[in-house]
Amino acid sequence: MTLAIWIDLIYLLAAVAFIVALKGLSSPKHARNGNLLAAGAAIVAVGATFFNPEAHFSSHTTNLVLAIVAMVLGAAIAVPVARMVKMTAMPQLVAIFNGVGGGAAALISIVVFLSDANLHSLGAPKPAVYAIAEGMLGLLIGCVSFSGSAIAFIKLQELITGRPITYPGQQIINGLVGVAIVSLAVATLLTDSVPLMIATAVLSLVLGVIFVLPIGGADVPVLISLLNSFTGLAVAASGFTLNNNLLIIAGTLVGASGILLTRMMSKAMGRSLSNVLFSAFGSVVTASGGADGTGETRQVRTGTPEDIGVLLAYARKVVIIPGYGLAVAQAQHTARELADLLMERGVEVFYAIHPVAGRMPGHMNVLLAEANVPYDELKEMDEANPEMATADVALVVGANDTVNPAAKNTPGSPIYGMPIINADEAAHVIFLKRSMRPGFAGIDNDLLFDEKTSLLFGDAKDTLAKLVVAVQEA
Amino acid sequence: MSGNTTGILEFLTIFILAMFVGNEVVARVPSILHTPLMSGSNAIHGIVLVGAMIIMGTASGTAQVVLGFLAVLLATLNIVGGFTVTDRMLEMFKSKPGDNPPKGKASADVEGGAK
Repeated sequence: MTLAIWIDLIYLLAAVAFIVALKGLSSPKHARNGNLLAAGAAIVAVGATFFNPEAHFSSHTTNLVLAIVAMVLGAAIAVPVARMVKMTAMPQLVAIFNGVGGGAAALISIVVFLSDANLHSLGAPKPAVYAIAEGMLGLLIGCVSFSGSAIAFIKLQELITGRPITYPGQQIINGLVGVAIVSLAVATLLTDSVPLMIATAVLSLVLGVIFVLPIGGADVPVLISLLNSFTGLAVAASGFTLNNNLLIIAGTLVGASGILLTRMMSKAMGRSLSNVLFSAFGSVVTASGGADGTGETRQVRTGTPEDIGVLLAYARKVVIIPGYGLAVAQAQHTARELADLLMERGVEVFYAIHPVAGRMPGHMNVLLAEANVPYDELKEMDEANPEMATADVALVVGANDTVNPAAKNTPGSPIYGMPIINADEAAHVIFLKRSMRPGFAGIDNDLLFDEKTSLLFGDAKDTLAKLVVAVQEA
Repeated sequence: MSGNTTGILEFLTIFILAMFVGNEVVARVPSILHTPLMSGSNAIHGIVLVGAMIIMGTASGTAQVVLGFLAVLLATLNIVGGFTVTDRMLEMFKSKPGDNPPKGKASADVEGGAK
């Protein structure tokens, strides 16, 4: 067998390993091994590529050295960042690692295009139209994914407002840019012109930005999942351009599973994917949020940490419902401290986790796992809800919409139909909140005004720490 | 770097089959694994590094070499960062038996309390 066939065989094995790994990542038991398997397969495939005759590394020593320099540099940046970034900053980290992948796919298309144009000018035949089309697809999707992920990162890092940014005629403008890109791409296809190709790339970068701007708050993670899927497709397009099966299979796997995952995430929020992407959900909040805060005449009951501490200490069953506010305040360790303290006193404690609690779906599980909360104390919504009626206290930490009974009782409400944790069924409800500002959906939560509800205002970490002290003294 | 038309049909076949596989393998993933799955599949598309290396090897002229270098750098960030951060996430999911005595006792109480 020739070297090329051996290398193709290694690529095939890597592709199979990726499929098995993805399957493993879908079950809690095999997830870590799945990821390690994929990483091992990737290392072998990358190692084999040094010997791939198509790369011509043996005759291009300078390029080989440069490639190694780029890889060492990349690894030297990526490992410390991935190791040290706080678990709460996970969503923006995934966004950035996804964006650079899209960027790499776009650059592959550009280099192949330049190289083909160069050969063509030296007398080689013009590449087939479908070959240019594959390249243009990789370029377009890769650019959108790159700039879209960058904006998602900036939003999550709160360098700009995390709320949707809207302006009149937004969808029309986005549509026009989309049409312009398609026209430019077709023109590039017909003329094989480098300036037109560059114009397509630039406009695709613009599309990524304006596509992401109107998506805000808790919708951004769904968007990242979609962009992840886009990058997968861009990588598959690179695979077509380079006639490489491994890139086609790996990219398509991620593209297809990413779309499905994105739809599952929107479903967990009780909304459709198009609603997430195009409705600028929550953009009215800025307008109505102030009015809700100041114009509200209904009274809420605020409790002191001491009162609430006693209530918790002498309860039989306490359910902790963590949300976005807990993630932002990084209060997961303090929450665990409080839970452990209560358990030492013989109180039954568990965490009820809404599927979209935290900053992205499943994020709360990661945060609580980081705080060493044992797995069996975490209950998913469907498992937790039947137990809510027998709970003495529902302790809602930095969550709002995910416990809003309007989702069950108010058909006109924007969140009507979204599955919620039935905190309202507990004998007492305690909200730890920063302010009376409504949650992400921008609607009032009647539960806040219920007479069995007490509120404790402040940063989730501070208020939980106060409760720890109060329980110790109770 | 363009194949012949038989080539493209073969690649299309692989593409379509891979779509079905991708759909199938994540069909029943529990919501607690949504974040690690997103992060893990993000790492898998980092295999674009293989493509970046191939174009880097054949790049000629300053523009192509610079762009190829960038492509390898970005793809390395994607693949190395992606796998590292996913592993860090999943590492926390493993059960840690008996690392905290009162907790073990308390969770036994929970079992008893829940009938």
